Amino acid sequence: MLTFIFRRLLIATGLIFVISLISFFMITLAPGSPYPWGELNPKISPQVKEAFRKKFHLDRSLPEQYWLNMRDLFSGRLKSIKDERPVLERIGERLPATLMLNVYAICVSLVFGLVWGVWAAQRAGTWPDVVSSVASFALIALPGFWIAYLILIGLVKHASVPVLGTQSYGILFPNMLSMGLDRIWHIVLPGTILALGGIAVQSRFIRATVLEAMREDYIRTARAKGLPEESVFYKHALRNAIRPLITGIGSLLPALIGGSLIIETIFAYPGMGRLGYEAVLERDYPTLVAINFIAAALILLGNLLADILYAVVDPRVRLE
Amino acid sequence: MNTPTQDQPAVADSPVRRVLRDFFRKPIALISVFVIAVFCLTALITGLCALGGIYFPYDPNATDLANKLRPPSMAHWLGTDNLGRDVLTRMLNGSYVSLTVGFVAMTVSLLIGVVVGAVSGYFGGWIDNVLMRIVDALLCFPSFFLILTAVALLGPNIWIIIVVIGLLSWTGTSRLVRAEFLTLRETEYVRAARALGQRTPKIIFRHILPNAFAPIFVTAVVGIPEAILIEAGLSFINLGVQPPQATWGNIITDGKSYLLDAWWLIVFPGMAIFLAALAFYLAGDALREAADTRSERK
Repeated sequence: MLTFIFRRLLIATGLIFVISLISFFMITLAPGSPYPWGELNPKISPQVKEAFRKKFHLDRSLPEQYWLNMRDLFSGRLKSIKDERPVLERIGERLPATLMLNVYAICVSLVFGLVWGVWAAQRAGTWPDVVSSVASFALIALPGFWIAYLILIGLVKHASVPVLGTQSYGILFPNMLSMGLDRIWHIVLPGTILALGGIAVQSRFIRATVLEAMREDYIRTARAKGLPEESVFYKHALRNAIRPLITGIGSLLPALIGGSLIIETIFAYPGMGRLGYEAVLERDYPTLVAINFIAAALILLGNLLADILYAVVDPRVRLE
Repeated sequence: MNTPTQDQPAVADSPVRRVLRDFFRKPIALISVFVIAVFCLTALITGLCALGGIYFPYDPNATDLANKLRPPSMAHWLGTDNLGRDVLTRMLNGSYVSLTVGFVAMTVSLLIGVVVGAVSGYFGGWIDNVLMRIVDALLCFPSFFLILTAVALLGPNIWIIIVVIGLLSWTGTSRLVRAEFLTLRETEYVRAARALGQRTPKIIFRHILPNAFAPIFVTAVVGIPEAILIEAGLSFINLGVQPPQATWGNIITDGKSYLLDAWWLIVFPGMAIFLAALAFYLAGDALREAADTRSERK
């Protein structure tokens, strides 16, 4: 087990560097420049330009730039071109909000996906199952920003609930508990909309796995020895639903981190997606490098966690 | 299950026919194919007319400030936007852009995915290792963010958007094709073809690929709505196909400033995206079920 984790960490480190290389060269080779002024602006003296280039290593060759960027990232000295604050500090402000939103969305997807998938699998082939499968594809086909707007129209017009940001402003909270509850309330709506597609995908996945398990020999054996149908289903077939649940943790994360940008924009939620989007538009190379690095690390960590969980719950899986 | 029954002679029961017969037996499949056909026909007709400079019912870019933000009426069935442009006309003109993005981006990603998956699965060894590690690396990027970065850096032009979506969404297809090839390359007919001394490309494309057709076709059908939804998402952050060319996504984006006053700017184009995507997803699912030989058919 330990050797497995160690080997996976080694591979992950390698992958992360490949990823950072790809992202760095993709960003820097693309047209456009990070200068806060127009490149041909005559009012900026060559000395100022030179000093700016030197400060952000833009005078070096690309491989050197990559090396300096990575070195500064690890020593925490990497500064944003936009406001010259340390990149890690800028990300640190946003990361907790994004993590809370995504963890909430993943939990919602897994829990509701499980319940829905099992419900549908029990009714496979009947009309409620057909309706539920159409409904699940409807959730996948919903453009997230569209449904968010429709809900916003409804909420703002018919019930004045606070939906923007991470907390209610202008209110002094008497204690930590009510402040925490207020924060959670601000996650519920964007997080649930973010999770809609995940719920549907997860439920399809779990329904398929449970149905496949129902065709296995051990289910026939369980039935043959006279076990009641509930016991066959809940004790023997349902255990198979754990596998898609774990895969879900690993596979939902990348989609969520990307997809949360749109939801963060609509709900004025200060997360990483928004930060990354602004960094792209401003050609803020250091911030982008750091964001890509951290996002990839999170995703790899999620995958590793899923693999370890696999081995923990399923003794058939051997980790060598 | 594959053996022909009494009333169906073996000749008529080719795999493709069997899949199609099972497919068109489902009401949901019929409805979704109908919806897709309506969308495609509309897009084709308005697209051809737009090429010839003919627009109906109005000119999509004709502004009419006296009639701006009018709710749906007899003159403007789906209302007008903030510049008095007819929403129905703009949606019709957006339909061929959105569907083109869907079809072409899917084709690009399918081509790459099939070639990478086929090479990886057929040859195995270090080629497989290298290709699959690249896929792993690509999967570690938040995909929408990667597409957004590429489009923002290269400039939001319709062809760039299509190519970027296609170039960055083939990973799933390649894994699927690889898995198919891993099992199919060990079959007797492939070994026979190899023993007969046929060249590798011919074995891959003539013998193995047709047998992996069903799952590939299903991913193709599902890839279309995905590309449409991604383009809509890009439009939302102003990185989609640029105005004045209307797309379903950018009509919503233009309309979001009038969220509380002009619901028709949000509801109708969103409905079009939703219905088109849903029809493709349902058709893809029905096709998957029809092609799935393992599932029990009662």
